[in-house]
Amino acid sequence: MDKLTDTTPRPIQQEPITCRAALRGGSVAVKLSVLIGGLGCLVRGQLVKGALYLAAELFLLAYMAQSGLTNLSRLVTLGEMEQQKIWNEATSMFEYIDGDRSLVILLYGIVTVAFVLALVLLMRLSLKSAYLAELYARRGMKAPGIVQDVRELLDQRLHISLLSLPILGVLTFTVLPLVFMSCMAFTNYSILDNKLVLFDWVGLDNFRRVFNLGGSLGKTFWSVLGWTLSWAVIATASNYFLGMLLSLLINWKEIRIKKFWRFCFVLTVAVPHFVTLLIIRQMLQPNGAVNVALQNMGLIDAALPFFTDVTWSRVTVILINIWVSVPYVLLQLTGILQNIPAELYESARVDGAGPLVTFAKITLPYMLFVTMPYLITSFTGNINNFNVIFLTSQGLPRAVESTAGSTDLLITWLYKLTIDNQYYDIGAVIGILTFAALSVVSLVTFRFSGSYKNEEGFQ
Amino acid sequence: MSTIKHKKPLHKRVVIVLAHVFLAVLAAIWLLPILWVALTSFRQTQGSYCSTFFPTSYSVRNYVKLFTDFSVFNFPQMLLNTLLVAVANCLISTFFVVAVAYAFSRMRFKSRKRLMSVSMIINLFPGFMSMIACYYIFKMLGWTNGPMLRVALIAVYAGGAGMGYHIAKGYFDTISLSLDEAAMLDGATKSQVLTKIIMPLSKPIVVYTLLTSFAGPFKDFMLAKVLCGPNKDYYTVAVGMYQMLEKEYIDEWFCSFAAAAVIISIPIAALFLFTQKYYSVSTSGAVKG
Repeated sequence: MDKLTDTTPRPIQQEPITCRAALRGGSVAVKLSVLIGGLGCLVRGQLVKGALYLAAELFLLAYMAQSGLTNLSRLVTLGEMEQQKIWNEATSMFEYIDGDRSLVILLYGIVTVAFVLALVLLMRLSLKSAYLAELYARRGMKAPGIVQDVRELLDQRLHISLLSLPILGVLTFTVLPLVFMSCMAFTNYSILDNKLVLFDWVGLDNFRRVFNLGGSLGKTFWSVLGWTLSWAVIATASNYFLGMLLSLLINWKEIRIKKFWRFCFVLTVAVPHFVTLLIIRQMLQPNGAVNVALQNMGLIDAALPFFTDVTWSRVTVILINIWVSVPYVLLQLTGILQNIPAELYESARVDGAGPLVTFAKITLPYMLFVTMPYLITSFTGNINNFNVIFLTSQGLPRAVESTAGSTDLLITWLYKLTIDNQYYDIGAVIGILTFAALSVVSLVTFRFSGSYKNEEGFQ
Repeated sequence: MSTIKHKKPLHKRVVIVLAHVFLAVLAAIWLLPILWVALTSFRQTQGSYCSTFFPTSYSVRNYVKLFTDFSVFNFPQMLLNTLLVAVANCLISTFFVVAVAYAFSRMRFKSRKRLMSVSMIINLFPGFMSMIACYYIFKMLGWTNGPMLRVALIAVYAGGAGMGYHIAKGYFDTISLSLDEAAMLDGATKSQVLTKIIMPLSKPIVVYTLLTSFAGPFKDFMLAKVLCGPNKDYYTVAVGMYQMLEKEYIDEWFCSFAAAAVIISIPIAALFLFTQKYYSVSTSGAVKG
């Protein structure tokens, strides 16, 4: 299908347009295009394209000369000068000279590294297009001009026009911040020892502190990690099975007004989560509606310790999560359950299988096979389930000496470490470790399930 | 004799009745908090404490207070802030999502698989991590105060939207390739295929993307809380409502919080119920990659 409208002449399509081929087989002008952007294009008459390459290169070089190189060099030390107070004889006043701010230096350094990468990319492109233009010339053809290039960008190379803005967005607002934050894990940027303005690289020290079982930080980390993993497993499994059972129950042919029952549950998904979660937290307070109702009925004397006792709190957040997520699972699984081939059930019935056996041998394996990607997403979603914890238990109850409560997940602990306590270095370590835990789990399950490979089966 | 033949055996009928009762109990558990907040929003007595589960007397003063008492919280302002962010976010996000989904679904280029894997890996980082870093970056740029805060919010909401292409791509994948080929034989370019063929055929998914990204800022709490900090003038609804439950305000504002919850939930729930038929697409889309 791609051949239908591809305007590049066939002989040129077969040539490898790589940097290596260009450096080996290109003329001097092509080779020089690595240093002088767009030279090869200008020589072959692609004036606009060549000028654009040159302008972009000059802009990047000017930036590097003006501030880029300083930024890079300061990245090594992250700044050393503290704010200074100098007595000014003339005005008889103390004057402050601004010191270095490591955070700014770090950010500018990373941005400069990104510019350097952009420069490398630009020069590679310049080399390749110079080589392409030369290939046209060798065959006695005119290289495509700017009008034709733009037309290509709307047709065969439309993906470049479509993807460039979204990719730029992701790079600026997701990747750059992630790199920035990850770098903090290797510094001592923290309120400890007053390192909030000037900080240094410390290598892997923070990781050592977090992993060290002897220290208080290490103890907290391992207990939070343990709870996070058990939470993710319990929450994912309970939502999935309860959601499936509920869905099967409503699908059962004897149940009347199926639509009404589904609507009842779906309504709770429709209300924004932060609203329902805040309401549930309010209802479960010591003098909240639930305790009041139970006391009025005379069932209990003292308020139930929903968020003040460790076990109570953990069970409560899991129940709340079931309340929040089961309708969502119901919504997702109903369609898939209805798609299970009926003859499977029919033959099971003929063989005399009861409902339990049918569920274990047919429904469950089928569902696990089809919904494996969904299970993985929901597992990672639960590891990162900030809202359910932060808006209900807030991680409580918390021991005095620890920064994390007993229902805190890694992600809410990360919030507390950075926003509440200003231990940015440790927070960054926790972020990286969360990522590591998620990658291991997802990679293993993806390999195991194999549904990622079978992408074009439908077309 | 013949009537009994048509009826089910007694024990089966008992099971069916029990199943309905069980469903009714579950539905009650699930609907109770929603009913409670709806009734509380009309409660006459103030304060977070109430001596009965459901209120005993009702009035609309909690709603009136939201739109007239601006001493601490300016609810209309919050609504406006959220609306501005939501409109911008929904336009940019939808453009990004459709662009990426079309490129991955219909174009074949060298780095396609690699880009898809990279986006999967980036998705594994806790989103919260980049959020905190974004906060510092905006702080250095001076965007965490004043009107630029809105730009910052939109940038973070919409900036990474391209990575949420899966549902739309799954939908595009189901549109037959022969349509594209026929159009291109007639001389259409790829961009014409996108605008003249794929988009009209994918109206449901475009509407779905528009609506979900519009609802995003109304539902998100975390990012807005981190970015807004103490800037009350730029609070979105979620942050403002969270603040209403802080210790110093809760006694005076709790019932108005419930009223705000009702006001926000009705349009969002309507949007959700309208778009819910696409949710099952998301799982089957994931199966296909």
